[in-house]
Amino acid sequence: MRIVLILLLSSSVLCYSQDCTSNLSGKVLDLHDGKPLAEALLVLAGTNISVETDSKGKFSIKGLCDRSYSIQVAHPSCSTKIFSVKVNGNSTRNFKLEHHLEEFNEITVTGKAFNEKSKTITNARISRAEIERLSSGSLGDALNKISGVSALSTGNAILKPLINGLHSSRVVTINNGVRMQDQEWGAEHAPNIDINVADNITLVKGAGALQFGGDAIGGVIIAESAKAPVKDTIFGKTIISGLSNGQGGTVTTRFTKSTEKGLSFAVQGTLKRFGDFETPDYVLSNTGLFERNASFNIALNKFNYTLEAYYSIFKNEIGILRASHVGGAQDQVTAIGSDRPLIVNPFTYDINSPKQDVTHHLARLKATKLFDGLGKLSFQYDFQINRRLEFDIRRGNDRDRASLDLKLVTHSVALDLDTDLSDHTGLKVGLLGRFQDNTADPNTGVRRLIPDYTRYDLGIYGILDHSLNDNLILELGGRFDYSNLDVFKFYRTSLWESRGYDQLFQDIVVEEFESQILANPKLTFNNVSATAGLNYTMNDDYNLLFNYSLAARAPNASELFSEGLHHSASRIEIGDLRFTPEVGHKVGATLKKQGSKFNFSINPFVNLINDFVLIEPTEVQQTIRGNFQVWEYRQTDARLIGVDFDFSYDFTDHFNFTHQSSLVKGHDRTLDRPLINMPPVETKNEIVYTNKKMKNLRIALQSQYVFRQNEFPNNNFEVFIPELGTSEIVDVSTPPDAYHLMNFNSSVDVNVSKASILTIGLTVNNLLDTSYRNYLNRLRYYADDLGRNFLISLKFNY
Amino acid sequence: MKYFKIFSLICLSLTLFTACSGDDTPRRVVAEEVITTMTVTLTPTEGGTDITLKSQDLDGDGPNPPVLTVSGDLAAGVAYNGSIELLNETESPAEDITEEVEELSDEHQFFFTVSGGLDASTTYSNFDNNSNPLGTKLILTAGAASSGSITFTLRHEPKKPNNGTLADAAGETDIDATFDVTIN
Repeated sequence: MRIVLILLLSSSVLCYSQDCTSNLSGKVLDLHDGKPLAEALLVLAGTNISVETDSKGKFSIKGLCDRSYSIQVAHPSCSTKIFSVKVNGNSTRNFKLEHHLEEFNEITVTGKAFNEKSKTITNARISRAEIERLSSGSLGDALNKISGVSALSTGNAILKPLINGLHSSRVVTINNGVRMQDQEWGAEHAPNIDINVADNITLVKGAGALQFGGDAIGGVIIAESAKAPVKDTIFGKTIISGLSNGQGGTVTTRFTKSTEKGLSFAVQGTLKRFGDFETPDYVLSNTGLFERNASFNIALNKFNYTLEAYYSIFKNEIGILRASHVGGAQDQVTAIGSDRPLIVNPFTYDINSPKQDVTHHLARLKATKLFDGLGKLSFQYDFQINRRLEFDIRRGNDRDRASLDLKLVTHSVALDLDTDLSDHTGLKVGLLGRFQDNTADPNTGVRRLIPDYTRYDLGIYGILDHSLNDNLILELGGRFDYSNLDVFKFYRTSLWESRGYDQLFQDIVVEEFESQILANPKLTFNNVSATAGLNYTMNDDYNLLFNYSLAARAPNASELFSEGLHHSASRIEIGDLRFTPEVGHKVGATLKKQGSKFNFSINPFVNLINDFVLIEPTEVQQTIRGNFQVWEYRQTDARLIGVDFDFSYDFTDHFNFTHQSSLVKGHDRTLDRPLINMPPVETKNEIVYTNKKMKNLRIALQSQYVFRQNEFPNNNFEVFIPELGTSEIVDVSTPPDAYHLMNFNSSVDVNVSKASILTIGLTVNNLLDTSYRNYLNRLRYYADDLGRNFLISLKFNY
Repeated sequence: MKYFKIFSLICLSLTLFTACSGDDTPRRVVAEEVITTMTVTLTPTEGGTDITLKSQDLDGDGPNPPVLTVSGDLAAGVAYNGSIELLNETESPAEDITEEVEELSDEHQFFFTVSGGLDASTTYSNFDNNSNPLGTKLILTAGAASSGSITFTLRHEPKKPNNGTLADAAGETDIDATFDVTIN
């Protein structure tokens, strides 16, 4: 927080005869989205008083008389405005500015930062400070800070964001303006993005942000880098963190050079290395992690046009808990029945099978130009290569060979126009073309989990926002998406026949082999999505948002084509070629208050999804390796109802309290029973002490309570154990108990030199070293979650 | 700006070229290390006809269950030399996996579980490099006339040495076949 209060003349001169002890405080906000504006300058006309807003847009002016003042409010990226304010005792007043000029600057590096998202769905943000505190974590860790977001995890390193109960293909991730194509269909495929790339992460809980796609039934995650300033400067940042649990750490650094002529260059890199993590009682063998990332950006930012080239590489090697790799149902009975994992080895940094090794290349070229009377036109081309290797436990010479080797190449071109039809009406329209080629390398010696395919997508959208009056904004949008998939898949003859495909799809058979059939399915999907919403500003503090979104998602490759044994889950997974797109209708409302001390937001929603694709056990299959549970994808009608609640209160200038809680109930309407993997009710309370005068000291204590999930489908099954001569129940359904975690976080700033600040941080996660298991962790059957973790971080700004 | 335009054009044309390739038919994968077939050959130590127990699952983890065959009944009071052969019959000619298991004997072990009232006992006849049981060779001794079942379980990377039970050995199951057997 940085309050600059300049009183050039003594107030006694100004307030000669009155009792001038009143204060005026409040915020300066963006007229469009209510976002606070930092560093806005407020000048009281006829006086020499001027103050600047802090990073939260707050200001406070002391020693005013009870009378009317004219206040001029100026911000570097807004048109200056003069307001008349009547001061009567201690008063509060918020000022709103038209946030227009900034657009030209913001397109430099970030794309059209804030104007791009939905106006009628709450945009939850994670600030740069929060991201920096989580430098050693993942995108999933960061998103966990937002109410209504949890993570479907596979161990502690693979976190899949779960937004209001939805994940994988239903969540779209935008990395610096590019929609990530990183095989996001897999529940154990974490987003291939380095959190240290982002200066700002925004989450739109729902499909309303149609410019990013019409299929984000769960929501959209938008990670953006900061824009480089248009001035001659050179600056950098390095964060080094060390963790006790995992005995590793992270080094990340970024360096930016920019000139007054608008040319800028930024380079960034991250290195993360961890060994085996630990629970309070034992080592989680083979859970190490090795991540290397880099990104480069060169941009030219002129008043009416911008050019930008961006490239990033992400490489991540993650060990999967050794004890989670089990054979058939009998092994599962033993593993689930044991309190400790069946394999616990001494700590090591080695990452052995089972493991994942993923590389993601992302390149983007973008140009924008401002046309008089037309608006801003932008063109973008992006190119991505995602290579995913998964290593299983194999025998002999195959030991070091991947069992899965997928390469997904994506090219996209997009043309967007952002224009104002009138002073009150804005319009965004765009076109998208995408080509994708997935190749599964046959040299693995294992049948392909996901077949070879090519895919073409074509999308067109329009979003209109209209200010009906000063307080009411109407937003309407529509989008059409066409996709075409051309697939070559080898089916097992036995499966092909058992599902009746030999009757239904004989015409797509290319060739028949001894025990396999090569088929060439060609699938076309035409999807329509739409959004309509209102944003009503009730007064300076209160805002009411209402939104309806229609979203349609074509089934993904895994849902359509899965066929075979999934080792980490110890189950056979089977997709269905006959699936149709799932269609979601989400209605959400948000009431929020943004005051100077007291803030809250309450966000109830209903999401009705027709032909919702889910995977569920259907039978037990006998194989020579024993019995396996068969999980088949099926389509059903689902209903998700929930509410997210946020509350924060500043007790004093130093103490702040925040509360978050979220609830979601998922129901399978077809079978009239709960949906699987719905996040349990969760509540977080945090008290933060900050003191600018004591080296910017920040101390935070957080309590996180996760209730037991009491609504779950019963998918247990029985398996015969020859040694016992009886059948035993394999309990794969019962959720673990509720748990409570305490976390501690602190930091101080040290001025090293005039331009350099060193921030020293100490964090302790799971302070009480609580043993717990998380319902949303797919490895919860086999091991506890992480124990206490000390984290020391050094951040150096220069 | 000109350079930039040229650069974009090059990139775009590259896109188009790559987009036009890749229509080749993919190559079929024949699963290499699966075990489709286990044959237990039991030879009476005092001569006579071999008894074979066979489990064959040609579609692996496909929908068809394994086909179990028992060639005949065991004779009461007779000891049998048992030998286990593992094959991958998805390849042709079939690949003998037994060799691989025996080469990597340290990380494999067979377990034999007699249940359901069958009066029979088993002992290991071959061992790994550390003299822990392997079990691709065994001796099965049939007791009094009875019927029940015998289960053959091959574990990959079990705890070695173990106390002889599946629960203690852990590891992953590579084979799990239960045969109904009668002793006359």
